[in-house]
Amino acid sequence: MTRPWWRTAVGLLLTGVMLFPVYWMVNVSLTPPGEMRKSPPDLFPGSPTFDGYARVLDEQLPYFGTSLLVGLGTVVLTLVLAAPAAYSLAKLRPRGRGPLTFVLLVAQMIPGIIMALGLYGIYVKLGITNTVWGLVFADSTIAVPFAVLILTSFMSSVPDEIVQAARIDGAGPFRAFWSVVLPASRNGVVTAGLFAFLWAWSDFVFAATLDSGGPMQPLTLGIYRYIGNNNQEWNAIMATAVVASVPATMLLVLAQRFVAAGITSGAVKD
Amino acid sequence: MVRRNLVGWAFLAPLVAYLLLCYGYPLLTTLDLSLRDYTVRTFVHGGAPVTGLANYITVFTDPVFRTAMLNTVVFTVVSLVFQYGIGLALAVFFSRHFRLSATLRALFLVPWLLPLIVSASTWAWMFTSEAGVVNAALSWFGVDGVNWLTSPDWSLVSVIVANIWIGIPFNLVVLYSGLRNIPAEVHEASALDGASSWQTFRHVTFPMLRPVSTVTLLLGLVYTLKVFDIIWIMTRGGPSGSSTTLATWSYELGFGSMLPRFGPSSAVGNVLILLAVAVGLVYVRVQRRQEAS
Repeated sequence: MTRPWWRTAVGLLLTGVMLFPVYWMVNVSLTPPGEMRKSPPDLFPGSPTFDGYARVLDEQLPYFGTSLLVGLGTVVLTLVLAAPAAYSLAKLRPRGRGPLTFVLLVAQMIPGIIMALGLYGIYVKLGITNTVWGLVFADSTIAVPFAVLILTSFMSSVPDEIVQAARIDGAGPFRAFWSVVLPASRNGVVTAGLFAFLWAWSDFVFAATLDSGGPMQPLTLGIYRYIGNNNQEWNAIMATAVVASVPATMLLVLAQRFVAAGITSGAVKD
Repeated sequence: MVRRNLVGWAFLAPLVAYLLLCYGYPLLTTLDLSLRDYTVRTFVHGGAPVTGLANYITVFTDPVFRTAMLNTVVFTVVSLVFQYGIGLALAVFFSRHFRLSATLRALFLVPWLLPLIVSASTWAWMFTSEAGVVNAALSWFGVDGVNWLTSPDWSLVSVIVANIWIGIPFNLVVLYSGLRNIPAEVHEASALDGASSWQTFRHVTFPMLRPVSTVTLLLGLVYTLKVFDIIWIMTRGGPSGSSTTLATWSYELGFGSMLPRFGPSSAVGNVLILLAVAVGLVYVRVQRRQEAS
């Protein structure tokens, strides 16, 4: 039929164009600071330097630790809230679940900046700005509605007969949830957890408003500070950016099909 | 039956409590903020006088409002048109089988997964006036460089370009799955009738893709309305407001300086919420209609 090699060549070219900024980030991260302002810039790092990466290890490591902590905390909180709720919506189907689903849909439409304003007011009153768990709560607001909706759709596809069989064998609703429905919707749990982690890891709005002082700051703020303070040191900024992208890249390699599944079932990009 | 409802709501209880605490309460706080005259002092200690709609009037009569509104519309519409157009073209391209197709399609997801601060700072550096790779590329074609981020004429274009790049993967993936759900027989029938591939696309594929396209565009609209990170990191809404949108303006009023104006900031935020929820309602209606048919 059509010549596949021709399509592959075009595909490679398009991918190359699309990923050029990613390549450029890596290229700049390896360029010595002295050659940074060269015009035109070098397309390849002729004499690559790892100074930028050395500085990341030196200065940014605590930021990465905070982000990891916040990311994992958000995943746990999101799943603990979303999984039982999704089980109820998919299998127990109580009366009045329609309005709740609608609220979840609308919740996803609310801009982060407005949530940040409201949360800031509350956090200041309670004195919990600049805390890791304050950030975990804020970041979970991005993921929870999405996680409930996607887990509901995964759990709905678990056959009712299996759940009924478990009930006949004497399992209570919690046993049916924990030992039957949850394991059967493992892919949904992975997808929801994955997105919760990625969003918390990349969050900038909540970090900038709720956690801009104190010892525990996430890496998005680390990069932001870099841009503000040392406007000349793009080598170090881009090295940090490369390292900050590692989780996203790893997740893409490990969980490609989950990521695509997540987007197609109505994913949200903040 | 009553028992089942009770058990069902028991499983929903933590979520309901969470929604009230982490959505309801903050949103009420924002509403309250927008109806009072806050200073840094009264913000912490309370007792800010209620001023009714004064903050909204302040915001609506501010000349920045017009600019921010206009920029929001331009940013959203132009972003959507290009994200959707490019996404659709790529989806059609990738829906044909060829070697490496799946791998390359996966690689297209990378921009979507990167932290926005990473993409935004990379684009910011690519757009630098001297030594920026974009201007260098232009000069190879004999075109003069542009002060992308620092000229009022180009700052909005720069952030739109970056935003389009970030939005392409989402459009590609959703439209691709939409294309895959169109039965192959439809195309075969069209080909047997002697239609060219362009005719098939225009009169068969594209119309059949319409439900998916509507959902993609509506979701894109909601996400683009609230874009903040990219613009703030690349231009901070500047120079002189040339790339300010409602989202960045709201942030700037509330957190952008040492003298926060929480009242007007929340007022802008609530205008944005009304826009987003309006689009959200349209989305829900469209989805209901599609499920019904």
